[in-house]
Amino acid sequence: MSDMNYLSLLIWLPVIAAFGILALGPQREGLARLFAMLASVITLIISVPLWMHFDASTAAMQFEEKVSWISALNINYHLGIDGIAMPLVVLTTFISVLTVLSAWKVIKKNVHQFMAAFLMLESMMIGVFCAQDAMLFYVFFEAMLIPMFLIIGIWGGPNRVYATIKFFIYTFFGSVFMLIALIYLYMQGGTFNIAEIAEIPLTLKEQTWIFFAFFLAFAVKIPMFPVHTWLPDAHVEAPTAGSVVLAAIMLKIGGYGFLRFSLPITPDASSELAGFVIALSLIAVVYIGLIAMVQKDMKKLIAYSSISHMGFVTLGIFIAFALILKGGDTSMALEGAMVQMVSHGFISAALFLCVGVLYDRMHTRLIRDYGGVVNTMPLFAAFFVFFAMSNAGLPGTSGFVGEFMVILSSFQANFWFAFLAALTLIFGAAYSLWMVKRVVFGEVKSEAVSQLTDISKRESFVLAVLAIAVLFLGIYPEPLIDVMRVSVEHLIEQISVSKV
Amino acid sequence: MSMNILLIIALSPLVGAIIAGFFGRKIGKIGSHLVTIASVAVSCILSIQVLMGLVNGEFTVFNQNVYSWMVTGDVSLNVGFLVDSLTALMMSVVTFVSLMVHIYTIGYMHDDPGYQRFFSYISLFTFAMLMLVMSNNFLQLFFGWEAVGLVSYLLIGFWFKKETAIFANMKAFLVNRVGDFGFLIGIAAVMMAFGTLDYSEVFAQLPQFADKTISIFPGVEWSLMTFIAIALFIGAMGKSAQAPLHVWLPDSMEGPTPISALIHAATMVTAGIFMVSRMSPIFEMSDTALSFVMLIGAFTAFFMGLIGIVQNDIKRVVAYSTLSQLGYMTVALGVSAYSAAIFHLMTHAFFKALLFLGAGSVIIAMHHKQDMSEMGGLKKYMFITFITMWIGTLALTGFPGFSGFFSKDIIIEATHLSDRWGSSVAYIAVLFGVFITALYSFRLLYLTFHGKEKMDNHTKEHLKESPWVVTLPLVLLAIPSIAIGWMTIEPILFGGFLSDAIHVLPQNDVVKEIGQEHFHGAGSFVLHGLTQLPFFLALAGFALASYIYLKKISIADNAKKTFRPIYDLLQNKYGFDDFNQKYIAGGLVSLGNLLWKWSDSKLIDGLIVNGSAKLVNKISKVFRGFQSGYIYHYALVMAVAVILFIGVHVI
Repeated sequence: MSDMNYLSLLIWLPVIAAFGILALGPQREGLARLFAMLASVITLIISVPLWMHFDASTAAMQFEEKVSWISALNINYHLGIDGIAMPLVVLTTFISVLTVLSAWKVIKKNVHQFMAAFLMLESMMIGVFCAQDAMLFYVFFEAMLIPMFLIIGIWGGPNRVYATIKFFIYTFFGSVFMLIALIYLYMQGGTFNIAEIAEIPLTLKEQTWIFFAFFLAFAVKIPMFPVHTWLPDAHVEAPTAGSVVLAAIMLKIGGYGFLRFSLPITPDASSELAGFVIALSLIAVVYIGLIAMVQKDMKKLIAYSSISHMGFVTLGIFIAFALILKGGDTSMALEGAMVQMVSHGFISAALFLCVGVLYDRMHTRLIRDYGGVVNTMPLFAAFFVFFAMSNAGLPGTSGFVGEFMVILSSFQANFWFAFLAALTLIFGAAYSLWMVKRVVFGEVKSEAVSQLTDISKRESFVLAVLAIAVLFLGIYPEPLIDVMRVSVEHLIEQISVSKV
Repeated sequence: MSMNILLIIALSPLVGAIIAGFFGRKIGKIGSHLVTIASVAVSCILSIQVLMGLVNGEFTVFNQNVYSWMVTGDVSLNVGFLVDSLTALMMSVVTFVSLMVHIYTIGYMHDDPGYQRFFSYISLFTFAMLMLVMSNNFLQLFFGWEAVGLVSYLLIGFWFKKETAIFANMKAFLVNRVGDFGFLIGIAAVMMAFGTLDYSEVFAQLPQFADKTISIFPGVEWSLMTFIAIALFIGAMGKSAQAPLHVWLPDSMEGPTPISALIHAATMVTAGIFMVSRMSPIFEMSDTALSFVMLIGAFTAFFMGLIGIVQNDIKRVVAYSTLSQLGYMTVALGVSAYSAAIFHLMTHAFFKALLFLGAGSVIIAMHHKQDMSEMGGLKKYMFITFITMWIGTLALTGFPGFSGFFSKDIIIEATHLSDRWGSSVAYIAVLFGVFITALYSFRLLYLTFHGKEKMDNHTKEHLKESPWVVTLPLVLLAIPSIAIGWMTIEPILFGGFLSDAIHVLPQNDVVKEIGQEHFHGAGSFVLHGLTQLPFFLALAGFALASYIYLKKISIADNAKKTFRPIYDLLQNKYGFDDFNQKYIAGGLVSLGNLLWKWSDSKLIDGLIVNGSAKLVNKISKVFRGFQSGYIYHYALVMAVAVILFIGVHVI
């Protein structure tokens, strides 16, 4: 372990860079891009030691930093990461670089502001995963909305105002209840330290209230059925880079929130209500899967597919309670949920980038406007088919790993859980491949398609990097499981013990 | 046997595929086919060496993990190889047929712009198939299982401009996914029951599980082993195209012919047969599951064969014959004659690949026309194709002495001897299937090679035998189609060659019974076959086909008119496709639309989300009225309130 404050550096470097970029002014676009690239690459490089020097043998927080912030309320600037947070931090820095690269030429209006907003967003997201103080977490959680609000609201599509307000109010609505819960917990325990909050004894009734407060915040974020309707709109209107970050990272904050807050703080209520969350998750897999199938807009289709895939995350997390009671592979369920989050980060990012590539050329996202793209963009088509297959959970890609683990473990809880979850094998393939068939294959459908040019070196680089990540995680997921193993075991210990 | 050899066998085609796939343009057409052919040849030679080593007793069964895929909780999931007689046999068949197809492709795809891509795909397929058969655990089996499905998808849709092809590949993948759904549930059940996905660890625990039950519906207890066996078999029904999941295979003929031979006849579609044989210890524990397997197979063997009689597309006839033959193998599995299923799998791989490649040779000569009603009399233009197709047909129809005779007769005999529930029905199906097989097979030969030349003049002028890269594989496949049955029936079926892999309960072992009571060497088996019912049925089919298609073609037309409803039923393939299209695919899309428009858009988003926003808007409109900004409004409200307040208190 080093005495360098890696986490602070990670969080604040992009913010400083953002101000620097803003200072460049609107004229120097090239410099703004370069600067943003540099900032995100350096952030990525700084995050590498987090993985290299991570001690996978302990569940304790690592790279910890703690400074008093508001001492009257015992609020601290307290950072740290464990095996659950670390992969998500690295995912964030990794995806951010690719996103900057993907926005390189696409964003033409106010480039410096876009890049600045984007870097701030990155900071806030890293902050969320690193915060060990609930108030600090809350601040990052809310602050993150602002740059995203701007990214969709300024650089978004024609219906962007509706979409941003919907996105904002939805998320805000959820998180307000989380704030109330945190204040209540502070009044009970006098601390905002997340680890200490988890130690506060609570009655089942208290836990239930708190559970629902957290649940609203995280269920909206991830998003779960039936509070998911903001996501398709936000995705459709967001610029490609916005969609990528939204799908690849922001949704994960919901899943992370369940693991960091709901489970350890309200284990008994979570256990009581696991059936309810599992039901919602399975609805997400089946119902949303069916809805994804009939979408006409590619981005909407992928957005619904995201919701459906996130169903596996919540399913894996809450199936754990059934497995603790029955005795099953609890680790597999929780680790499956985590793997699914990371994998979805890669795959959804890639799919949104693919749609972005097409949109930049044709300025339409409607499936029916395409057809026979493979004839003019063979390299792109190869990537698109690959990522669609990963999205359909093809073994050998990361998309398979998490779903496989969650399906296997949910069978141990209840046959019907596995039965419904496994339907994704059919639905996921159906919506992914039907889209591919209509967009990529066939004769050249229109004059516009015949004019298409294949992806540039920059675009193929971004997609190739993601493809390698997807393949690596599919062929050899052990390194990822390895870093989270002990932290997940620790979490299982926490939730196995009743607080009542 | 060493790990290194096995790694080379498995990975060599992958390397070939990567080189041809990524650097195909740089190394050119010749470079691409050389590198992939070399890589598959290496696998083939080493596979045969491994097989020989196992036969000689030089090698023992190999079971070792390559690397740990993941360790989660107490469960360790690995990638590893299990190479025993069954695997070695499959490896040899797969790599040999693949090699033949690679060579053949040079001729068949000669002018195709996707030449390099094609070679890359078929090498990738070989890798995936090897991973499937060499696996020592369910995880890797599932990987190979889906990976071959992926390559099948890519190859059926190889000509991506063809609307029928890109529909067929999606259909193939999705129908297979339905099977895989069952397969995955089966694997999950294995995980739950045994806590491991390693074959040997699962099999070792089996005896304790004979009486275990699983409750799917509250209050109903099912045998766990029956459940697992049937769930796994549903996977096999997808991959090995058993009714009602067979619908994708005829459509897969939209792909180039070499892959019809390799993937959709010789290797991939037999993965289900292989898997059930591999899982024989599990299946043996459930008579119910085996009866189910047998009846599904019998249905497929008989009814899919019937459709073959009315098809005019040369490849589709062979495709339906493949369905029917896969049905035979499945029946064999169902009567616990696993070794007979594997034996038929092997002979079928050779003669069916031969028939497909022969059909492909005809298609090349016909300038990519596949309709048999425009062929005829081709024997004088393409002699090698003609002869080898005859050999393949004689093998398929089970002419005594040819390879198919041995394997098919054993299956029929085994079904006859079996006392499994429903075996008499299956026996009738496989018996009369022989007649049907002969009928459609000779019909194909006659319509193509004999009789009047019905093609147009332009085609006729260009008719010629295919180049040597096409005919060489035909000849090389014709040899085992004749001889492999004769040579290997004794060791494979009765010599206990597969006994290290296949486990049969003594009371179920019909193959052993045949060996002890009826089998006295291959020669006498042939002589015996000449006196048996299947032979006469095949002869009847041959005679009928000869009479109709050589002498009196009008009979066929009259029959078509007389038996119109039956003919239509067969033409419509019993309505499976229409039903699936209309009710399953159509139903799901309608349901999706319904949920989207009504539930998601109108109810959740419209009524609740935007509705609540509108409600806030409305309420605030009302309250906004109070904040008019006029002082006298406020003064009035104050005055009224004061009066009311005082009034309430005074009174």
